[in-house]
Amino acid sequence: MKVDTSINGRAMTLECENGEFLAGALRRYGFLSVKEGCDTGSCGLCTIWLNGKPALSCCLLTARVEGQEITTIEGMQEEAEEFAHFMVAEGAEQCGFCSPGFAMTVLAMKRELTNPTDDEVKNYMAGNLCRCSGYVGQTRALMKYLEVHG
Amino acid sequence: MRYIGKKIPKVDGIELVKGTPAYTSDFDTNNNSLIIKILRSPHPSAKIIDIDTTEAEAMGGVECVLTHKNVTDIKFTLAGQSYPEPSPYDRSLLSDTMRYVGDEVAVVAAVDEQTALKAIKTINVKYEILEPVLDLETAVDNSNLVHTQEPHVNFDIGCDHKRNIASTFYKENGDVEAELKKCDLIIERSYKTQAQAHAMMETYRATASIDVNGRLNIMSSTQIPFHVRRHLSRILGIPKSKIKIIKPRLGGGFGGKQTASVEMFPAMVTWLTKKPSKIVYTRQETFSCTTSRHAMKFTVRLGSDKQGNIKVVDISALSDTGAYGEHAATVFFVTGHKTLPLYGRANASRYHGYAVYTNKMPAGALRGYGATQGTFALESAMNELASEIGMDPAELRLKNIIRVGDSHPDLDGNILQSSALDRCIETGKEMIGWDEKYPAVFLSDSKVRGYGMAVTMQGSGIAGIDTATAVLKMNDDGFFTLIHSASDMGQGSDTALVQIAAEILDVDMDRVIVVSNDLDTVPYDPGAYASSGVYVTGNAVIEAAKEMKKQILETASRLLNVEEKELEYDGGNVSGADKSISLDELAQKLCSFEGKDQLIAKGTFGGDTSPPPFIAGFAEVEVDIGTGKCEVTDFVAVADCGTVINENLARIQLEGGIAMGIGLGLYEDVVYSKTGRMVTDSFMTYKIPSRMDIANIRTAFESSDEPTGPFGAKSIGEVVNNTPPPAIAHAVYNATGLWITDLPITPEKVLMGLISK
Repeated sequence: MKVDTSINGRAMTLECENGEFLAGALRRYGFLSVKEGCDTGSCGLCTIWLNGKPALSCCLLTARVEGQEITTIEGMQEEAEEFAHFMVAEGAEQCGFCSPGFAMTVLAMKRELTNPTDDEVKNYMAGNLCRCSGYVGQTRALMKYLEVHG
Repeated sequence: MRYIGKKIPKVDGIELVKGTPAYTSDFDTNNNSLIIKILRSPHPSAKIIDIDTTEAEAMGGVECVLTHKNVTDIKFTLAGQSYPEPSPYDRSLLSDTMRYVGDEVAVVAAVDEQTALKAIKTINVKYEILEPVLDLETAVDNSNLVHTQEPHVNFDIGCDHKRNIASTFYKENGDVEAELKKCDLIIERSYKTQAQAHAMMETYRATASIDVNGRLNIMSSTQIPFHVRRHLSRILGIPKSKIKIIKPRLGGGFGGKQTASVEMFPAMVTWLTKKPSKIVYTRQETFSCTTSRHAMKFTVRLGSDKQGNIKVVDISALSDTGAYGEHAATVFFVTGHKTLPLYGRANASRYHGYAVYTNKMPAGALRGYGATQGTFALESAMNELASEIGMDPAELRLKNIIRVGDSHPDLDGNILQSSALDRCIETGKEMIGWDEKYPAVFLSDSKVRGYGMAVTMQGSGIAGIDTATAVLKMNDDGFFTLIHSASDMGQGSDTALVQIAAEILDVDMDRVIVVSNDLDTVPYDPGAYASSGVYVTGNAVIEAAKEMKKQILETASRLLNVEEKELEYDGGNVSGADKSISLDELAQKLCSFEGKDQLIAKGTFGGDTSPPPFIAGFAEVEVDIGTGKCEVTDFVAVADCGTVINENLARIQLEGGIAMGIGLGLYEDVVYSKTGRMVTDSFMTYKIPSRMDIANIRTAFESSDEPTGPFGAKSIGEVVNNTPPPAIAHAVYNATGLWITDLPITPEKVLMGLISK
């Protein structure tokens, strides 16, 4: 089937099998920042934006994005780099496999919440798992980023 | 120091966060690759009586169907260890004997995933279902055998398949029984530690193709590329020279990728079909068809005098290696080897027992490699001893821990040359507020905060076995290529090794680029395991950089016509006798007829010793007396990893390891059903710590100067896992009066304990 959509601001037609999830389709089309880690919608690695809001592309049927706007970190490189500097200053990216999905959630939160409390941040980010960092370094990076850019 | 001890961002960190392609699947974009899927045993113990693949083979799009009938039955181990591996050769590519739920029955390669999955469903298998061995404690001398044939062993590891024993170990230092008789106090306690999943974010994956030279190209997310090549050479029966291995960045490993769980499938499919193929394990396969931490059972005896001077440490253990014996002997050995020296002042110590086969998923390497399990048992017993004597457990440690200059037979190299463990304990006490809060603070009738502690050690590389080589090449405008093959799985070996090279060469870090991914170009390195990256490969890089400096001076002397002893190198220029040449000029001259040479330096290291890093860990655990729920509200970890090479990387290792240890302490648990099926095979059923579960982790470093380490450094990668389980158990005791001796410390166990108290 063919799905007309917009990815990172450009109109695109995705050709896909019925039942294919968006994460797989995006990777096929070269958006390789999109990682998959769990098959159960549990880990947040595949986080992209659907019409500006974070969404798990591994549980989103490609057919469902007809006419919708998709954003991946490939379309957010400047802002992602800004945030990345805070991550690497803490070493919090470690293996990096969860980082693009994590960053997409952070950048969405920055738009959605004004002066969030620690708990609000934790809640917003709860769906992004990381096995390397133990989270506290990520949180340090994130709070410092919000201080400067929030 | 320009770079050592500084907070240096990872050389590839920014791009990783931005999602730049870096991992196996990012480079494996050949849409024509065959997709491999595996039919797996639904039975923990069974024999294939008949297998019919006719329909699958006839299906359009199916290119290859492998079963035990049409592949080699050569035996091997998948353990990532230097040859000769101390693991039994008890596996074959595909066998007619199923030894756990998930064991491979058939391999199907098809043009796409759907076809492969469809084909798998058409395979008819008749099993003779056998009685499985599912219990660690009744495995030895069980009438049912996991392996009916004697596996080949490279040397004696005490493997006795007729008793379901993969490995036997016994080592006694001094006379344990005689010394126990002289003790005022003996405590004997039993402990259990559970299997733990690695749960790295990137599942296992590998891809294969044949190149223009007819060589088999394997790209894999592996910690052990050289061992993978050796294993594949044996399995396929082709020379190593026929195999090229590419190892991109890893999305986490934690020891899981120290076992070559997946590479052999695409390797065999591609070698037979000559078509590219790939396998990407699902999360379910990653949980249930690879490896986990060894579940273990311990009996610990400690003997002391009335003043709390430990005289005897005696540990016996049973370890569950599951269906295959990868890492069985070595994890078992390390459990004692990396715990007994902690209290090396005791007159006698002993560690012994078995690693046993059961019909469960194989166990393997997981960060801590047995020391994690042993630390829970030994440190819990130490805390119980402190309680019996009525002594502050921190005091008990300070009185008994091994000190610089002390020796212990299990300490490689015998004499401890660096330790700040005493300072780690003191600093940790201060940070957690030990003197004010220990043993517990009662918040309300239902909430108590208990405080607990533990200490631990690990090693830095494998003494007398590990050896790594690094190469430095000067390029044509005077920048350098560092060529090594430590696997970067997030720990930052590429960065730490570049720091070390840049420090010695006295150049900006961006003048040193790094190559570490292609076995055709990189020199040998055993891989990313045994906490060896900075210590073993780092020392090799130092040697290479020193040699490069020597070559630079020799070359400058020749080109400037000035005696070498008159020349000085300052990182940018070589100067002397009123002459000077910049690195850039020197490098360019070497590319000209006048200079005609290239500077290539190598350095090699192999340690006679494996200096232990240490950690003192302190837990604050809030226990809900009404529900039994335990929450780690604060964890303080103070580490001695020698000189901290890169504070960013060391701290994040420490924090991440503590979180993983908290998971092991409180809820992570690989659980099997009564019929032997793993029930915790997704993130829905196997809980790793989420952001909501981790409150405070606070860390500090107390440096020591390890004379054999690069710039005085020791390891940090594994030791970080070990203190949380015993420190949490201790805190729970101080909050409730209950010693929880089997992990994880679930609310059920605490509540049931409280009710029966």
